[in-house]
Amino acid sequence: MTERLMAATRKGLFILQHQADGWEILRSAFLGDPVSLAMADPRDGRYYAALKLGHFGVKLHASEDEGATWHEVACPAFPPAEGDNGPSVLEIWALEPGKRPGELWAGTIGGGLFHSTDGAASWQLVDGLWNHPLRSNWFGGGNDAPGIHSICIDPNDPVHLTLAVSCGGVWQSRDAGATWRPTSEGIYAEFMPPARRNDPSIQDVHRLVQCPARPSALWAQHHNGVFHSTDAGESWQEVTAIRPSKFGFGVAVHPKDPERAWFVPAVKDECRIPVDGAVVVARTTDGGRSFEVQREGLPQRHAYDLVLRHGLAIDRAGRWLAIGSTSGHLWVSDDQGMRWQMAAGHLPPIYALSFAGA
Amino acid sequence: MVRVCFTPNLRRYVACPSLNASGDTVGEVLAQVFAQQPRLKSYVLDDQSRLRRHVTVYLNDRKAELATAVATGDEVYVMQALSGG
Repeated sequence: MTERLMAATRKGLFILQHQADGWEILRSAFLGDPVSLAMADPRDGRYYAALKLGHFGVKLHASEDEGATWHEVACPAFPPAEGDNGPSVLEIWALEPGKRPGELWAGTIGGGLFHSTDGAASWQLVDGLWNHPLRSNWFGGGNDAPGIHSICIDPNDPVHLTLAVSCGGVWQSRDAGATWRPTSEGIYAEFMPPARRNDPSIQDVHRLVQCPARPSALWAQHHNGVFHSTDAGESWQEVTAIRPSKFGFGVAVHPKDPERAWFVPAVKDECRIPVDGAVVVARTTDGGRSFEVQREGLPQRHAYDLVLRHGLAIDRAGRWLAIGSTSGHLWVSDDQGMRWQMAAGHLPPIYALSFAGA
Repeated sequence: MVRVCFTPNLRRYVACPSLNASGDTVGEVLAQVFAQQPRLKSYVLDDQSRLRRHVTVYLNDRKAELATAVATGDEVYVMQALSGG
Protein backbone atom coordinates (compact mmCIF):
# COMPACT_ATOMS: atom_id res chain seq x y z
CA MET A 1 0.00 0.00 0.00
CA THR A 2 1.26 3.48 -0.87
CA GLU A 3 1.30 5.59 2.23
CA ARG A 4 0.06 9.14 2.13
CA LEU A 5 0.15 11.92 4.64
CA MET A 6 -2.22 14.89 4.73
CA ALA A 7 -1.00 18.15 6.22
CA ALA A 8 -3.72 20.66 7.03
CA THR A 9 -2.17 24.10 7.31
CA ARG A 10 -3.00 27.74 7.77
CA LYS A 11 -2.83 28.24 4.01
CA GLY A 12 -3.93 25.04 2.39
CA LEU A 13 -3.95 21.26 2.39
CA PHE A 14 -0.89 19.32 1.26
CA ILE A 15 -0.99 15.62 0.39
CA LEU A 16 2.35 13.86 0.53
CA GLN A 17 3.17 10.44 -0.84
CA HIS A 18 5.91 8.07 0.20
CA GLN A 19 8.42 7.42 -2.59
CA ALA A 20 11.45 5.17 -2.67
CA ASP A 21 13.72 8.01 -1.55
CA GLY A 22 11.43 9.86 0.84
CA TRP A 23 8.24 11.87 0.91
CA GLU A 24 7.06 14.17 -1.86
CA ILE A 25 4.18 16.60 -2.02
CA LEU A 26 1.82 14.90 -4.45
CA ARG A 27 -0.77 17.65 -4.62
CA SER A 28 -2.23 20.60 -2.79
CA ALA A 29 -5.70 22.05 -2.40
CA PHE A 30 -7.38 25.14 -0.95
CA LEU A 31 -4.18 27.17 -1.32
CA GLY A 32 -4.43 30.37 0.68
CA ASP A 33 -7.27 29.11 2.89
CA PRO A 34 -6.99 27.81 6.46
CA VAL A 35 -7.60 24.04 6.66
CA SER A 36 -8.17 23.01 10.26
CA LEU A 37 -7.95 19.25 9.69
CA ALA A 38 -8.19 16.50 7.08
CA MET A 39 -9.23 12.88 7.33
CA ALA A 40 -9.13 9.90 4.98
CA ASP A 41 -12.01 7.56 5.70
CA PRO A 42 -10.53 4.04 5.80
CA ARG A 43 -13.92 2.50 4.91
CA ASP A 44 -14.37 4.01 1.48
CA GLY A 45 -11.20 6.01 0.79
CA ARG A 46 -13.06 9.30 0.80
CA TYR A 47 -11.02 12.30 1.90
CA TYR A 48 -12.48 15.10 4.00
CA ALA A 49 -11.03 18.59 4.56
CA ALA A 50 -12.39 21.09 7.08
CA LEU A 51 -11.90 24.75 6.22
CA LYS A 52 -12.01 27.71 8.53
CA LEU A 53 -12.48 30.64 6.20
CA GLY A 54 -11.64 33.83 8.02
CA HIS A 55 -14.57 35.80 6.67
CA PHE A 56 -17.00 33.21 5.43
CA GLY A 57 -17.12 30.60 8.16
CA VAL A 58 -16.47 26.90 8.55
CA LYS A 59 -16.87 24.60 5.54
CA LEU A 60 -16.42 20.89 4.92
CA HIS A 61 -15.26 19.44 1.61
CA ALA A 62 -14.95 15.85 0.39
CA SER A 63 -12.96 14.15 -2.36
CA GLU A 64 -13.65 10.81 -4.04
CA ASP A 65 -10.39 10.83 -6.03
CA GLU A 66 -7.73 11.06 -3.32
CA GLY A 67 -7.71 14.82 -3.22
CA ALA A 68 -7.50 15.56 -6.96
CA THR A 69 -10.92 17.27 -6.91
CA TRP A 70 -13.08 18.43 -4.03
CA HIS A 71 -16.71 19.33 -3.52
CA GLU A 72 -18.48 20.99 -0.64
CA VAL A 73 -20.62 18.83 1.64
CA ALA A 74 -22.85 19.78 4.55
CA CYS A 75 -21.08 21.36 7.48
CA PRO A 76 -22.07 20.83 11.11
CA ALA A 77 -24.19 23.77 12.29
CA PHE A 78 -26.13 24.54 15.43
CA PRO A 79 -29.91 24.63 15.13
CA PRO A 80 -31.62 28.02 15.59
CA ALA A 81 -31.63 29.10 19.22
CA GLU A 82 -33.75 31.59 21.13
CA GLY A 83 -32.25 34.94 22.05
CA ASP A 84 -29.31 36.85 20.63
CA ASN A 85 -26.48 34.65 21.84
CA GLY A 86 -27.14 31.40 20.04
CA PRO A 87 -24.06 29.28 19.22
CA SER A 88 -22.27 28.98 15.91
CA VAL A 89 -19.64 26.47 14.85
CA LEU A 90 -16.29 28.26 14.88
CA GLU A 91 -14.08 25.38 13.74
CA ILE A 92 -14.25 21.66 13.04
CA TRP A 93 -11.70 20.34 15.52
CA ALA A 94 -12.26 16.58 15.29
CA LEU A 95 -13.65 14.34 12.55
CA GLU A 96 -13.82 10.58 12.92
CA PRO A 97 -15.46 7.77 10.97
CA GLY A 98 -18.10 5.81 12.85
CA LYS A 99 -18.88 2.13 12.60
CA ARG A 100 -21.87 2.09 10.27
CA PRO A 101 -21.55 3.03 6.59
CA GLY A 102 -21.71 6.79 6.18
CA GLU A 103 -21.48 7.43 9.91
CA LEU A 104 -19.26 10.35 11.00
CA TRP A 105 -18.67 12.20 14.25
CA ALA A 106 -17.48 15.82 14.33
CA GLY A 107 -16.25 17.83 17.30
CA THR A 108 -16.27 21.59 17.07
CA ILE A 109 -15.02 24.75 18.67
CA GLY A 110 -18.28 26.06 19.93
CA GLY A 111 -18.59 22.89 21.97
CA GLY A 112 -21.02 20.94 19.84
CA LEU A 113 -20.63 17.28 18.97
CA PHE A 114 -22.30 16.46 15.67
CA HIS A 115 -23.31 13.14 14.14
CA SER A 116 -23.88 12.26 10.49
CA THR A 117 -25.34 9.00 9.26
CA ASP A 118 -25.22 9.86 5.57
CA GLY A 119 -21.60 10.70 4.79
CA ALA A 120 -21.88 14.42 5.64
CA ALA A 121 -25.00 15.02 3.58
CA SER A 122 -26.53 16.20 6.87
CA TRP A 123 -25.54 16.60 10.53
CA GLN A 124 -27.40 16.46 13.82
CA LEU A 125 -26.27 18.12 17.05
CA VAL A 126 -25.84 15.49 19.77
CA ASP A 127 -28.36 16.89 22.24
CA GLY A 128 -27.48 14.51 25.05
CA LEU A 129 -24.10 16.19 25.43
CA TRP A 130 -25.12 19.70 24.48
CA ASN A 131 -27.93 19.75 27.05
CA HIS A 132 -25.91 18.15 29.85
CA PRO A 133 -26.06 20.50 32.86
CA LEU A 134 -22.30 20.30 33.48
CA ARG A 135 -21.52 21.51 29.95
CA SER A 136 -22.03 25.07 31.19
CA ASN A 137 -18.78 24.63 33.15
CA TRP A 138 -16.76 24.31 29.94
CA PHE A 139 -14.69 27.29 28.83
CA GLY A 140 -12.39 28.14 25.97
CA GLY A 141 -8.71 27.31 26.27
CA GLY A 142 -6.90 29.61 23.86
CA ASN A 143 -10.05 29.95 21.76
CA ASP A 144 -13.21 32.01 22.04
CA ALA A 145 -15.26 28.98 23.02
CA PRO A 146 -14.65 25.45 24.33
CA GLY A 147 -13.93 22.80 21.75
CA ILE A 148 -14.11 19.04 21.27
CA HIS A 149 -10.79 18.06 19.73
CA SER A 150 -10.59 14.31 20.33
CA ILE A 151 -13.20 11.63 19.60
CA CYS A 152 -12.29 8.03 20.42
CA ILE A 153 -14.64 5.33 19.17
CA ASP A 154 -14.13 1.95 20.80
CA PRO A 155 -13.47 -0.45 17.89
CA ASN A 156 -14.89 -3.34 19.92
CA ASP A 157 -17.96 -1.45 21.05
CA PRO A 158 -18.72 1.41 18.65
CA VAL A 159 -21.55 2.85 20.77
CA HIS A 160 -18.86 3.64 23.37
CA LEU A 161 -17.54 7.13 22.69
CA THR A 162 -14.84 8.96 24.64
CA LEU A 163 -14.26 12.66 24.02
CA ALA A 164 -11.88 15.26 25.26
CA VAL A 165 -12.77 18.93 25.54
CA SER A 166 -10.58 21.98 25.98
CA CYS A 167 -11.52 23.05 28.57
CA GLY A 168 -14.10 20.52 29.66
CA GLY A 169 -12.37 17.26 30.54
CA VAL A 170 -13.00 13.72 29.35
CA TRP A 171 -16.57 12.64 28.60
CA GLN A 172 -18.00 9.23 27.82
CA SER A 173 -21.15 7.80 26.33
CA ARG A 174 -21.98 4.10 26.34
CA ASP A 175 -25.11 4.46 24.23
CA ALA A 176 -23.97 6.04 20.96
CA GLY A 177 -24.21 9.57 22.32
CA ALA A 178 -27.62 9.49 24.01
CA THR A 179 -26.28 10.00 27.54
CA TRP A 180 -22.97 11.32 28.81
CA ARG A 181 -20.90 11.66 31.96
CA PRO A 182 -17.52 13.27 32.68
CA THR A 183 -14.78 10.80 33.55
CA SER A 184 -11.71 12.73 34.57
CA GLU A 185 -11.03 11.13 37.96
CA GLY A 186 -7.37 11.62 38.79
CA ILE A 187 -6.79 14.48 36.37
CA TYR A 188 -6.19 17.82 38.04
CA ALA A 189 -5.77 21.41 36.89
CA GLU A 190 -3.04 23.11 38.90
CA PHE A 191 -3.95 26.50 37.44
CA MET A 192 -7.50 26.47 38.85
CA PRO A 193 -8.64 27.73 42.25
CA PRO A 194 -8.16 24.92 44.80
CA ALA A 195 -11.86 24.15 45.09
CA ARG A 196 -12.12 23.49 41.36
CA ARG A 197 -8.75 21.81 40.85
CA ASN A 198 -10.23 18.33 40.46
CA ASP A 199 -13.49 19.33 38.82
CA PRO A 200 -13.93 16.77 36.01
CA SER A 201 -15.85 19.19 33.81
CA ILE A 202 -13.19 21.93 33.49
CA GLN A 203 -10.03 19.95 32.79
CA ASP A 204 -7.92 21.25 29.92
CA VAL A 205 -7.08 18.04 28.13
CA HIS A 206 -5.08 19.07 25.07
CA ARG A 207 -5.35 15.75 23.25
CA LEU A 208 -6.71 12.27 23.95
CA VAL A 209 -5.87 9.05 22.08
CA GLN A 210 -7.01 5.45 22.45
CA CYS A 211 -5.10 2.29 21.57
CA PRO A 212 -7.16 0.43 18.93
CA ALA A 213 -5.83 -2.97 20.02
CA ARG A 214 -6.68 -2.29 23.66
CA PRO A 215 -9.36 0.40 23.83
CA SER A 216 -9.23 0.52 27.62
CA ALA A 217 -5.80 2.17 27.27
CA LEU A 218 -6.02 5.93 26.89
CA TRP A 219 -3.35 8.63 26.90
CA ALA A 220 -3.96 12.32 27.53
CA GLN A 221 -1.69 15.32 27.14
CA HIS A 222 -3.17 17.80 29.57
CA HIS A 223 -2.34 21.47 30.10
CA ASN A 224 -0.29 20.63 33.17
CA GLY A 225 0.98 17.17 32.43
CA VAL A 226 0.50 13.72 30.97
CA PHE A 227 -2.17 11.31 32.21
CA HIS A 228 -2.75 7.65 31.45
CA SER A 229 -5.75 5.38 31.94
CA THR A 230 -5.88 1.60 31.73
CA ASP A 231 -9.55 1.25 32.66
CA ALA A 232 -11.23 2.99 29.72
CA GLY A 233 -10.96 6.40 31.30
CA GLU A 234 -12.72 5.62 34.55
CA SER A 235 -9.58 6.68 36.42
CA TRP A 236 -6.37 8.42 35.44
CA GLN A 237 -2.80 8.31 36.69
CA GLU A 238 -0.36 11.16 36.23
CA VAL A 239 2.76 10.25 34.25
CA THR A 240 5.62 12.13 35.85
CA ALA A 241 8.57 10.45 34.13
CA ILE A 242 8.14 12.40 30.89
CA ARG A 243 11.05 14.63 29.91
CA PRO A 244 12.36 17.15 29.06
CA SER A 245 9.06 18.77 30.17
CA LYS A 246 5.48 17.81 30.88
CA PHE A 247 3.77 20.53 28.81
CA GLY A 248 2.70 19.89 25.25
CA PHE A 249 -0.24 19.37 22.96
CA GLY A 250 0.05 16.20 20.90
CA VAL A 251 0.11 12.54 21.85
CA ALA A 252 0.13 9.38 19.72
CA VAL A 253 -0.26 5.78 20.87
CA HIS A 254 0.91 2.75 18.92
CA PRO A 255 -2.16 1.03 17.41
CA LYS A 256 -1.07 -2.42 18.64
CA ASP A 257 0.94 -1.65 21.78
CA PRO A 258 -0.98 0.28 24.45
CA GLU A 259 2.18 0.97 26.47
CA ARG A 260 3.98 2.72 23.61
CA ALA A 261 3.21 6.43 23.22
CA TRP A 262 4.84 9.61 21.91
CA PHE A 263 4.67 13.24 23.00
CA VAL A 264 6.25 16.50 21.80
CA PRO A 265 7.13 18.51 24.90
CA ALA A 266 7.42 22.30 25.02
CA VAL A 267 8.76 24.50 27.82
CA LYS A 268 5.48 25.33 29.57
CA ASP A 269 2.15 27.01 29.05
CA GLU A 270 3.41 30.59 29.15
CA CYS A 271 6.45 29.76 26.95
CA ARG A 272 5.34 27.54 24.11
CA ILE A 273 8.64 26.72 22.45
CA PRO A 274 10.88 23.63 22.55
CA VAL A 275 13.06 23.22 25.63
CA ASP A 276 16.53 24.71 24.93
CA GLY A 277 15.51 25.44 21.32
CA ALA A 278 15.75 21.74 20.45
CA VAL A 279 12.88 19.86 18.82
CA VAL A 280 12.49 16.47 20.50
CA VAL A 281 9.96 13.69 20.81
CA ALA A 282 9.45 11.85 24.09
CA ARG A 283 8.64 8.15 23.81
CA THR A 284 7.60 5.61 26.38
CA THR A 285 7.49 1.89 25.69
CA ASP A 286 6.53 0.81 29.21
CA GLY A 287 3.25 2.56 29.90
CA GLY A 288 4.83 5.79 31.08
CA ARG A 289 7.21 4.43 33.69
CA SER A 290 10.17 5.70 31.68
CA PHE A 291 10.82 7.87 28.62
CA GLU A 292 13.52 8.28 26.06
CA VAL A 293 14.10 11.58 24.27
CA GLN A 294 14.32 11.18 20.50
CA ARG A 295 16.40 13.80 18.69
CA GLU A 296 18.08 12.27 15.62
CA GLY A 297 17.13 14.16 12.48
CA LEU A 298 15.41 16.95 14.40
CA PRO A 299 16.93 20.45 14.77
CA GLN A 300 18.78 20.87 18.06
CA ARG A 301 19.82 24.53 18.02
CA HIS A 302 17.63 27.63 17.86
CA ALA A 303 14.55 25.74 16.70
CA TYR A 304 11.26 27.22 17.85
CA ASP A 305 8.82 24.83 16.27
CA LEU A 306 5.64 24.17 18.23
CA VAL A 307 3.64 21.05 17.45
CA LEU A 308 -0.08 21.62 17.95
CA ARG A 309 -2.49 18.98 19.28
CA HIS A 310 -3.22 17.42 15.91
CA GLY A 311 0.32 17.86 14.66
CA LEU A 312 1.57 14.44 15.82
CA ALA A 313 0.24 11.43 13.92
CA ILE A 314 0.81 7.70 13.62
CA ASP A 315 -0.48 5.53 10.80
CA ARG A 316 -2.94 2.68 11.34
CA ALA A 317 -0.27 0.01 11.09
CA GLY A 318 2.05 1.71 13.55
CA ARG A 319 4.90 1.99 11.07
CA TRP A 320 4.98 5.72 10.34
CA LEU A 321 5.08 8.67 12.70
CA ALA A 322 4.91 12.31 11.66
CA ILE A 323 5.18 15.66 13.39
CA GLY A 324 4.31 19.00 11.83
CA SER A 325 5.08 22.37 13.39
CA THR A 326 3.79 25.90 13.45
CA SER A 327 7.02 26.84 11.64
CA GLY A 328 5.97 24.74 8.65
CA HIS A 329 8.38 21.87 9.17
CA LEU A 330 7.19 18.31 8.66
CA TRP A 331 9.24 15.35 9.87
CA VAL A 332 8.52 11.65 9.37
CA SER A 333 9.96 8.54 11.02
CA ASP A 334 9.67 4.91 9.93
CA ASP A 335 11.46 3.43 12.94
CA GLN A 336 9.27 4.39 15.88
CA GLY A 337 10.86 7.81 16.21
CA MET A 338 14.48 6.75 16.52
CA ARG A 339 15.38 8.77 13.41
CA TRP A 340 13.44 11.56 11.74
CA GLN A 341 13.59 12.80 8.16
CA MET A 342 12.30 16.16 7.00
CA ALA A 343 9.51 15.58 4.50
CA ALA A 344 8.77 19.26 3.88
CA GLY A 345 10.44 22.36 5.19
CA HIS A 346 8.56 25.36 3.93
CA LEU A 347 4.90 24.66 4.53
CA PRO A 348 2.55 27.17 6.12
CA PRO A 349 1.96 26.68 9.86
CA ILE A 350 0.75 23.10 10.28
CA TYR A 351 -2.49 22.55 12.16
CA ALA A 352 -3.09 18.82 11.70
CA LEU A 353 -1.56 15.69 10.21
CA SER A 354 -3.23 12.42 9.31
CA PHE A 355 -2.09 9.37 7.38
CA ALA A 356 -4.04 7.87 4.50
CA GLY A 357 -3.34 4.71 2.57
CA ALA A 358 -3.77 4.92 -1.19
CA MET B 1 -36.26 45.75 -6.87
CA VAL B 2 -32.89 46.05 -5.17
CA ARG B 3 -29.54 45.31 -6.80
CA VAL B 4 -27.38 42.93 -4.74
CA CYS B 5 -23.61 42.70 -5.34
CA PHE B 6 -21.09 40.43 -3.64
CA THR B 7 -17.38 40.85 -2.98
CA PRO B 8 -15.25 39.22 -5.68
CA ASN B 9 -13.46 37.42 -2.83
CA LEU B 10 -16.57 35.35 -2.25
CA ARG B 11 -16.61 34.17 -5.86
CA ARG B 12 -13.56 32.05 -5.07
CA TYR B 13 -15.84 29.78 -3.08
CA VAL B 14 -19.36 29.99 -4.44
CA ALA B 15 -21.18 31.44 -7.42
CA CYS B 16 -22.62 34.82 -6.51
CA PRO B 17 -23.34 36.99 -9.55
CA SER B 18 -24.94 40.38 -9.01
CA LEU B 19 -28.69 40.12 -9.26
CA ASN B 20 -31.97 41.84 -8.46
CA ALA B 21 -34.12 40.84 -5.50
CA SER B 22 -36.99 42.29 -3.54
CA GLY B 23 -37.91 42.77 0.10
CA ASP B 24 -38.49 45.42 2.73
CA THR B 25 -35.19 44.95 4.55
CA VAL B 26 -31.63 43.94 3.75
CA GLY B 27 -32.36 40.61 5.43
CA GLU B 28 -35.43 39.97 3.34
CA VAL B 29 -33.58 40.83 0.15
CA LEU B 30 -30.74 38.49 1.04
CA ALA B 31 -33.20 35.74 1.97
CA GLN B 32 -34.59 35.94 -1.54
CA VAL B 33 -31.08 35.65 -2.95
CA PHE B 34 -30.36 32.63 -0.74
CA ALA B 35 -33.56 30.97 -1.92
CA GLN B 36 -32.04 31.03 -5.39
CA GLN B 37 -28.49 30.24 -4.23
CA PRO B 38 -28.78 28.05 -1.11
CA ARG B 39 -25.02 27.43 -0.74
CA LEU B 40 -24.38 31.16 -0.49
CA LYS B 41 -26.26 31.56 2.79
CA SER B 42 -23.70 29.96 5.10
CA TYR B 43 -20.95 32.14 3.64
CA VAL B 44 -22.76 35.34 4.61
CA LEU B 45 -24.78 34.32 7.69
CA ASP B 46 -23.73 32.22 10.68
CA ASP B 47 -25.58 29.27 12.27
CA GLN B 48 -28.09 31.64 13.88
CA SER B 49 -28.70 33.57 10.64
CA ARG B 50 -26.75 36.56 11.91
CA LEU B 51 -24.44 38.42 9.60
CA ARG B 52 -21.03 36.80 9.96
CA ARG B 53 -18.68 38.71 12.21
CA HIS B 54 -16.25 39.54 9.41
CA VAL B 55 -18.83 40.22 6.73
CA THR B 56 -20.10 43.75 6.23
CA VAL B 57 -23.13 44.96 4.29
CA TYR B 58 -23.46 48.39 2.75
CA LEU B 59 -26.74 49.83 1.56
CA ASN B 60 -25.74 52.30 -1.13
CA ASP B 61 -23.05 54.31 0.68
CA ARG B 62 -24.01 53.46 4.28
CA LYS B 63 -23.14 50.48 6.49
CA ALA B 64 -26.31 48.50 7.09
CA GLU B 65 -27.74 45.73 9.24
CA LEU B 66 -30.06 42.93 8.24
CA ALA B 67 -32.96 44.93 9.68
CA THR B 68 -32.16 48.07 7.68
CA ALA B 69 -35.08 49.08 5.43
CA VAL B 70 -34.53 49.14 1.68
CA ALA B 71 -36.34 50.92 -1.15
CA THR B 72 -36.67 50.26 -4.84
CA GLY B 73 -33.51 51.25 -6.67
CA ASP B 74 -31.21 50.73 -3.69
CA GLU B 75 -28.00 48.73 -4.00
CA VAL B 76 -26.80 46.22 -1.40
CA TYR B 77 -23.08 45.39 -1.27
CA VAL B 78 -21.95 42.29 0.66
CA MET B 79 -18.29 42.69 1.54
CA GLN B 80 -15.68 40.98 3.66
CA ALA B 81 -13.95 42.99 6.36
CA LEU B 82 -10.24 43.33 5.61
CA SER B 83 -8.19 41.46 8.18
CA GLY B 84 -5.56 38.82 8.66
CA GLY B 85 -2.24 38.06 7.02
